[in-house]
Amino acid sequence: MSVSFDVATIWAFIIAFAVFVYVVMDGFDLGLGILFPLFPEKSDRDVIMNSVAPVWDGNETWLVLGGGGLMAAFPLAYSVLMPALYTPIIAMLIGLVFRGVAFEFRWRTTQVERNRWDLAFAGGSSVAALAQGIALGAILQGIHVEGRHYAGGWWDWLTPFTVLTGVSLVAGYALLGATWLVMKTEGGLRDKAYRLSWLLLFAMLGAIGAVSIATPFLHVQYAQRWFTWPNLILTAPVPIAVAAVTIMLLRSLAARQDYRPFFLSLALFALSYAGLGISMYPYIVPQSITIWQAASPERSQIFMLFGVAVLVPLILGYTAWAYWVFRGKVKPESGYH
Amino acid sequence: MFESWDAVGLARAQFAFTMSFHIVFPAFSIGLASYLAVLEALWLWTGREVFINLFNYWLKIFAVAFGMGVVSGIVMSYQFGTNWSVFSDKTGPVIGPLMAYEVLTAFFLEAGFLGVMLFGLERVGHRLHFLATLMVAIGTLISAFWILSANSWMQTPAGYAVNADGQFVPADWLKLIFNPSFPYRIVHMVLAAYLTTALVVSAVGAFHLWRDSHQAGARVMFSMAMWMATLVGPIQILAGDQHGLNTLEHQPAKVMAMEGHYQSHNDGAPLILFGLPDQQAGQVRYPIEIPKLSSLILKHALDAPLKGLDTVPRQDWPPVPITFWSFRIMVGLGFLIFGLGLLSLWERWRGRLYESRLLHAFAVAMGPAGFVAVLAGWITTETGRQPFTVYGLLRTADAASPLAAPAVSSSLIAFVVVYFIVFAAGVTYILRLMAHPPLHGEQGPPGDIPARAAGITPAVAAVTKGETE
Repeated sequence: MSVSFDVATIWAFIIAFAVFVYVVMDGFDLGLGILFPLFPEKSDRDVIMNSVAPVWDGNETWLVLGGGGLMAAFPLAYSVLMPALYTPIIAMLIGLVFRGVAFEFRWRTTQVERNRWDLAFAGGSSVAALAQGIALGAILQGIHVEGRHYAGGWWDWLTPFTVLTGVSLVAGYALLGATWLVMKTEGGLRDKAYRLSWLLLFAMLGAIGAVSIATPFLHVQYAQRWFTWPNLILTAPVPIAVAAVTIMLLRSLAARQDYRPFFLSLALFALSYAGLGISMYPYIVPQSITIWQAASPERSQIFMLFGVAVLVPLILGYTAWAYWVFRGKVKPESGYH
Repeated sequence: MFESWDAVGLARAQFAFTMSFHIVFPAFSIGLASYLAVLEALWLWTGREVFINLFNYWLKIFAVAFGMGVVSGIVMSYQFGTNWSVFSDKTGPVIGPLMAYEVLTAFFLEAGFLGVMLFGLERVGHRLHFLATLMVAIGTLISAFWILSANSWMQTPAGYAVNADGQFVPADWLKLIFNPSFPYRIVHMVLAAYLTTALVVSAVGAFHLWRDSHQAGARVMFSMAMWMATLVGPIQILAGDQHGLNTLEHQPAKVMAMEGHYQSHNDGAPLILFGLPDQQAGQVRYPIEIPKLSSLILKHALDAPLKGLDTVPRQDWPPVPITFWSFRIMVGLGFLIFGLGLLSLWERWRGRLYESRLLHAFAVAMGPAGFVAVLAGWITTETGRQPFTVYGLLRTADAASPLAAPAVSSSLIAFVVVYFIVFAAGVTYILRLMAHPPLHGEQGPPGDIPARAAGITPAVAAVTKGETE
């Protein structure tokens, strides 16, 4: 597999980057929602919410960039994938509505209603994560395309494989959420987050294993991509690196190093993501539309490239600043009243 | 409204529904972000405590409204693809980049600085905090720039070519972005957002003045909002008039629908004030009209001929009844806002701005008028563009996704149920916040507990005091 650096390829990397930043940033934040039912105490929940309240909607903006960027740079892919993933996308959007408003609403009301918004936060986050995982699986398993249109039915997205990828992503986001709490909290909350991290790490490893085994059976092209010489030179390091990161992660959890587990979990995500990229390239709709077939004209892509080159570093800069402003452990409310 | 409830009709209903819910929040947050920046600037400049109280008061409301705008906006950014895939494929190369620039230049700016704006006052210092507020306000305006450019391109396409796949592709970015209706639309919309916010602020101010005419925060916000209505109300009417003339030039069928002109008039067209447009028969029943006034407004001559929909092929007619009525609602509210501004000027001149019950009742009643006018205006312009998605070039019926009707009807029902639950709750919480007057020592949004805790420790309180007095 050779990679030529034309504008369409650069854009494929930009979209991939945006989606990855989204997964990195909103992953832990959805993960907190998934874990929310396990923390019934109001004081714990306040701390969990406060640990992301200042940054959550910046995190979700990357999802808008992924969608908007896909429409702009690869309109054909956008117009085929969105109808194909209709139900999971709508479910994700509705999930995001519920969890997004819960950030503000839960502070504005009484105990009974707050419990309902906490439920909306947990349910919305879980549904959004599950739907994203299912969408990913549905893309990987292939989409029925005729001409320039999606030609499948509106339940094609639901198969055992997509359920597997859906559950896997929920487990993965929960791991990110748990290790985020390890980093951002103290006391009993942190102890519980440590215990959850252990459990979720094994769940995530199981999920990575299961998806890795299932994927080559979907299409012979995936198997060839991963297991034939000389591709092995590029693909073999991925599982090796997964093993290495896992060992480091286990050690850092055992040694209770508050900051390392979160970043090592992100590294696991990055490796899984690279694995996906290896499977899919150069298709943007696997086995039917390549990035060059889907690309907008160069004039569109280059026009946006200027903006990306200048603005994305700037965005990363001020986003980092916002995280820096709210750095450190989030203190519980004890002693405040 | 729709010929039949097929997949396209359902997709249109879903888009209209989710868009109508969404636009309310940006219209409010564009204006409110600017207002917050002004309040914080006044606080930093004068050091008067009332300004920081008002800032914190409206900041809490802003946080709730902004959150609802964000989540309903994410829905919009995906709905182009889920429900209008042919449109996305064909126009992606042209309006996709405009929306990508909106995300890059505006959404990130707003989201990146919002956290600091909401929770960071005691963490970053006053000047840096003001910068964050300013960035959020500028972000909302940049966002309006790009999305209105994209919408205007769909109304008055320019600077494009068509490629072999039938896609619109960019030929000249400057012409494309600054397409003929864009300058008029952005002025009209940003002024509308400012007026909408001013009406909400004045209604809240008037509500509290009604109960206590000495309430300091209520007096300041009411006076500020009334200046906005007084000064911008008439400017908006002029801007709307100019926008209408631009529409007449580029989308004549829309103006015919707005005016209810099914027939051509060769020696001066009447202004139909009210009547019942009958699309089937192609005429307005029971019209109440002023002879020749429409020609005077649109052509600046009493006897100027004006074409009607009888010069347009029937399959290209927009639905006149909706366009006709929504236009009248918008214009009617515009003149009521103008009247409110005039009344406030009169009461201000008499020194009764904070005591006039009539003015306060009028202002409270007009609180939601901006939202209604914004919605009516958008319904006018979007319905008047029909039956096209890209005016004259791409029909709405040809733009939708190849989806089965049950898929779209399920999602439509889901959106209706969810939006009514979520946004009813949000509006309730906003009204609850508004029911309290802005107080001495008003706190900002809850959430960042360390900052709040620090805010009441004596040392920081002393610093804050030093800054404010």
